[in-house]
Amino acid sequence: MTGSNPSPSSPGFLRTLLRALGYLRPYRRLSIAAYLALLCSTGLALLVPQLIRATVDRGIRGDDLAALRLAVLGILGVTLIKGVLSFLLGRWTEIASQGVAYDLRNALYRKLSALSFSYHDRAQVGQLLSRAIQDVDRIRFMTGRALLRLAEGLVLLIGAALFLAFMNPSLTLLSLWTMPLMAYWALRFSRRFRPLTLAVQQQLAVLTTRLEQNLRGARVVKAFAQEPAEIGRFDAQNDRWFDLSATAARLQALNLPLLDLIANLGSVFIIWYGGRLVMADRLTLGELVAFSTYMGLLIQPVRRLGMILPNLATAVAAGERVFEILDAESEVKDAADAYPLPPVAGHVRFEHVSFAYFGRNKVLDDISFEARPGQVIALLGPTGSGKSSIINLIPRFYDPTAGRITIDGHDIRRVQLSSLRDQIGIVLQETTLFATTIRENIAFGRPGAGEAEIIAAAQAAQAHDFIMETPHGYDTYVGERGVTLSGGQKQRIAIARALLKDPRILILDDATSSVDSDTERQIQLALERLMAGRTSFIIAQRLSTLRLADLILVLDRGQIVARGTHADLLRTSELYVQIYERQLRMPVGTEEGEVSR
Amino acid sequence: MSFSIGGGGMRMGPGGALERFGGRDEAHAFDPQVALRLLAFVRPYWPQMGAALLLMFVASLLTLATPYLVKIAIDQNIAQGDLPGLARTALLIAAAFAGIYLTAAGQRWFLSWVGLRVLATLRRELFRHLQALPLGYHDTHIVGVTISRVINDVGVINDLLSQGLVTLVGDSVVLVGIVVAMVSLSPRLALLSFSVLPLMIAATLLFTRRAQRAFRQTRSGIAAVVGDLAENLSGMRVIQAFAQEGATFEHFDEVNRVNRDAHISAMTLSFIFLPTVEFLSMLATAVVLWFGGAFAVRGEVSLGVVVAFLAYVSRFFDPIQELSQLYTTVQAAMAGGERVIELLDTQPEVTDRPDAIEMPPIAGRIELDHVSFAYRGEVEVLHDVSLRIEPGQTVALVGPTGAGKTSIANLVARFYDVTAGAVRIDGIDVRDVRQRSLRAQMGLVPQDPFLFNGTIAENIAFGRPDATDAEIEAAARLAHAHDFIAALPEGYRTEVLEGGVNFSLGQRQLICIARAALADPRILILDEATASVDTVTEAIIQGAIERLLAGRTALVIAHRLSTIRNADLICVVQDGRIVEQGRHEELLARGGLYRELYEKQAWSPERVAGG
Repeated sequence: MTGSNPSPSSPGFLRTLLRALGYLRPYRRLSIAAYLALLCSTGLALLVPQLIRATVDRGIRGDDLAALRLAVLGILGVTLIKGVLSFLLGRWTEIASQGVAYDLRNALYRKLSALSFSYHDRAQVGQLLSRAIQDVDRIRFMTGRALLRLAEGLVLLIGAALFLAFMNPSLTLLSLWTMPLMAYWALRFSRRFRPLTLAVQQQLAVLTTRLEQNLRGARVVKAFAQEPAEIGRFDAQNDRWFDLSATAARLQALNLPLLDLIANLGSVFIIWYGGRLVMADRLTLGELVAFSTYMGLLIQPVRRLGMILPNLATAVAAGERVFEILDAESEVKDAADAYPLPPVAGHVRFEHVSFAYFGRNKVLDDISFEARPGQVIALLGPTGSGKSSIINLIPRFYDPTAGRITIDGHDIRRVQLSSLRDQIGIVLQETTLFATTIRENIAFGRPGAGEAEIIAAAQAAQAHDFIMETPHGYDTYVGERGVTLSGGQKQRIAIARALLKDPRILILDDATSSVDSDTERQIQLALERLMAGRTSFIIAQRLSTLRLADLILVLDRGQIVARGTHADLLRTSELYVQIYERQLRMPVGTEEGEVSR
Repeated sequence: MSFSIGGGGMRMGPGGALERFGGRDEAHAFDPQVALRLLAFVRPYWPQMGAALLLMFVASLLTLATPYLVKIAIDQNIAQGDLPGLARTALLIAAAFAGIYLTAAGQRWFLSWVGLRVLATLRRELFRHLQALPLGYHDTHIVGVTISRVINDVGVINDLLSQGLVTLVGDSVVLVGIVVAMVSLSPRLALLSFSVLPLMIAATLLFTRRAQRAFRQTRSGIAAVVGDLAENLSGMRVIQAFAQEGATFEHFDEVNRVNRDAHISAMTLSFIFLPTVEFLSMLATAVVLWFGGAFAVRGEVSLGVVVAFLAYVSRFFDPIQELSQLYTTVQAAMAGGERVIELLDTQPEVTDRPDAIEMPPIAGRIELDHVSFAYRGEVEVLHDVSLRIEPGQTVALVGPTGAGKTSIANLVARFYDVTAGAVRIDGIDVRDVRQRSLRAQMGLVPQDPFLFNGTIAENIAFGRPDATDAEIEAAARLAHAHDFIAALPEGYRTEVLEGGVNFSLGQRQLICIARAALADPRILILDEATASVDTVTEAIIQGAIERLLAGRTALVIAHRLSTIRNADLICVVQDGRIVEQGRHEELLARGGLYRELYEKQAWSPERVAGG
């Protein structure tokens, strides 16, 4: 959100500005109509002082009541038409600029869902959100009201100058000098004021974070009796916030009334100098009033000009951040000649596959193995040995840096992504459920699934019973607005979700945090059903899973150091035995668990 | 349109008034008690407030004087060819404007200073109050809501001051002044001009109500966009894994469209309102010109009066609009103010007695004497629990979820007060000592390893901010955390990111252990983490815990078998009672609940919040 604004003279500025304005193209008819309406309404606004002049000179001073009434009616009529026009142009610009925001957000969403895991690994959700919300809003403001005000100000300024010059050139020159001064001062003020408001906002964010930390850590704060220190820290940030805000407020208090003062001194000058002209009969009183009215028309737009110009710079900076996302290249995408993957049997081959995240440290080194249709492949190894990387490569969340992966003989880089992922079911380590109903969460991979299918999947995943115990069964909301599910429950819903998809290939990162034994057994049951008849890849945490496996791959530092069945490996692999003893037999209570099973 | 003289810098006009609807939405009736409580925070700054009000008064008067001076210029100077008189009047007007600048700037400055000062004070008070509130408050209130109280709701004080008070005082002065000036210049013309007023008030009231609803919809619209986007971005891996980009996009598109349309409708309302106001204001001008012009032609009023009227009429409508919207502002302020006051009025349940003593250095004998306990107004969770722990002992609490293990630990640290019985440390009832002196001698390792933003060193030194680098390192060594910290490029100065995401779970646990070690507590409460870490880390953590426990009285909410086996005493908690006590072997031999739990391996996790 911060970042320095690009200077208007930098080469990218104009390009970004034009690109942002390019989003108005679908709304060009509306925009053109709006600007035409603006031209008309500004023209009408410029007519009003002339009508007032007529009222004063011909009506009041010329003692012509009919002319006076005609002029007054004229003023009312003009105002009415101007009102209708400004309604139309306001609405049209709003439709166009809201449309720009809508299109941009949709484009961002599409892009973000096309970008591969490696992009999302590095991007922060908060950052992306701020671009899609605040930055897009800045662009919307620029393509809408800001541009409109800018045009309005310019048209008014030029029009008023022409009318004034027509009435009295010397008075025009002598009275319009306040306008550039006002514009300059407004610009100068917002240049100084903007960074200050940014600083105030940031400081408020710091203060909020301090408070949030304190509240989240309340237990620790109390347990260590650190309330006074916490108060000290909060006060320091609070005082800083006050100082910054007070500086900003002082700047505002001194400068905003100053703009009025400049404008007002300009009108005093008109009265004095214009009054002299009237006395010398070189100007009528009506013209003097008209002069003053023109000045009044100009004050607001000119003030706004000064405020809007910095907005333009902010909007361009926002545009750069938004386009940065739109221009990002996905590291994983369909090849130009990609074909849909036909229904597969599930024969997966890794051929000399190497992989490194972000092209840096190698996490997989020359991995080759084969999974025949229906086989269960278990992956085992210490943290960081490359287990997760192997399973991430199969649905092409990332592409290998060397070697290739085939499914039923098809190189997965040659087939269409969606056709590949449609045939793979995945239960990830961190179970993400969406804030919607349980039903929709289970049907996530197959939105059209019928009620019976959903229930069948939930039953197979041992989830049906606890779902029925929730307040609204399958229609219960999960997440913030609904029920909170335990880790084990979430995992079973994720299993149901994968089951419903009925995939040929199954990927399972099974690192359950400790759950009680009943749940444990239920998950085990669900998993066994899930794997039946599919090619399955499992990061194994349970002995029972290892026993089921047709092939166990023991990984260490990115390489397969041993492979075989449980019985084979117990005899042949020292690392396997070591892991088996420490990881699979030791954890809480499992020590004699085997005996009791 | 007017004889454009004297735009007072204090008003926002219809455009500004419009933006105000972007603010808060809930409405509350005016509550004088809430208003008085809030205004009490302004009392220390009454000189500044007085000065601001005085300046506002002067500014309003000067603003009113300028059209009159212009009338003099036209009627007496220009009409009569009085050149020096015109110069004099022009100088007077210029002086009035200079005066307006000075008073308006001063008034703005004083008022915003007071507003900000009061805001800062309120936040300070709220924070202090939050520190005094017991853990029970934090367990039952969502963090985000509390933050919103302290950060957003206090803003209403500023609104009440700058918008409420300014509108009330400033606008009233201007309004009365204009009425007086107009009536004294020409009563007939004045009455005729006022005829537009009812229309204006009706239009404003009509718009205000609709606008509130419309702008509320824009806020929920954008909130829905943010919510949908945030959720989908966090779940993007699942979306891609299930190839559901299309379906989620359709949903987002829908939310996005609703938001767009809500904004367009709300703005359309204001595009109707603003020209309406302009037209009505022009109608008043037309009335002045129509009748005033006729009067002037007949010589009943001077031209200067008509010009002055034009200026007054144009200035008449801003205050009218603002005053008719004042009630809305006040209502919103009341809603926020009430929430702030409610928080300030929350009584700490656990307080120091007036005669509370400092806890003497603790030896570490803990005694629960027939303790019963219920969380605020809820069902009792502990029933008549008695337990005696000797100095230096490690006591493991085991049992199913919700049995009351965490409640026992909470009572020993006096995060809550017992409802019956007593908790005594070294024979002293914990309610008789100052909380801070008690907790200064206690340490806590929470189940969820919580790290604060800041450096690792600051996190370890949290309980003893004055600790030297050497002491911090020693604590880290004891906790087996030194090696991985020293391996970081910035070592102990490494910044902890929000939520500690730049450290693994195991590393966070080690830092928390180091934090407890540095505090060197006499009594330690350890809520063992349940989340799984890999084998090697697990062993390291176990070693660190064992060293931390050495020589201290420790109460462990245990999930690890090794901790349980090494404990001097195991308490099996079930349904709020200690049902079995003893050592591991004894309890196994007894063949009761412990044995059953052991065989089912159900040392199930319990949430920190307990209950």
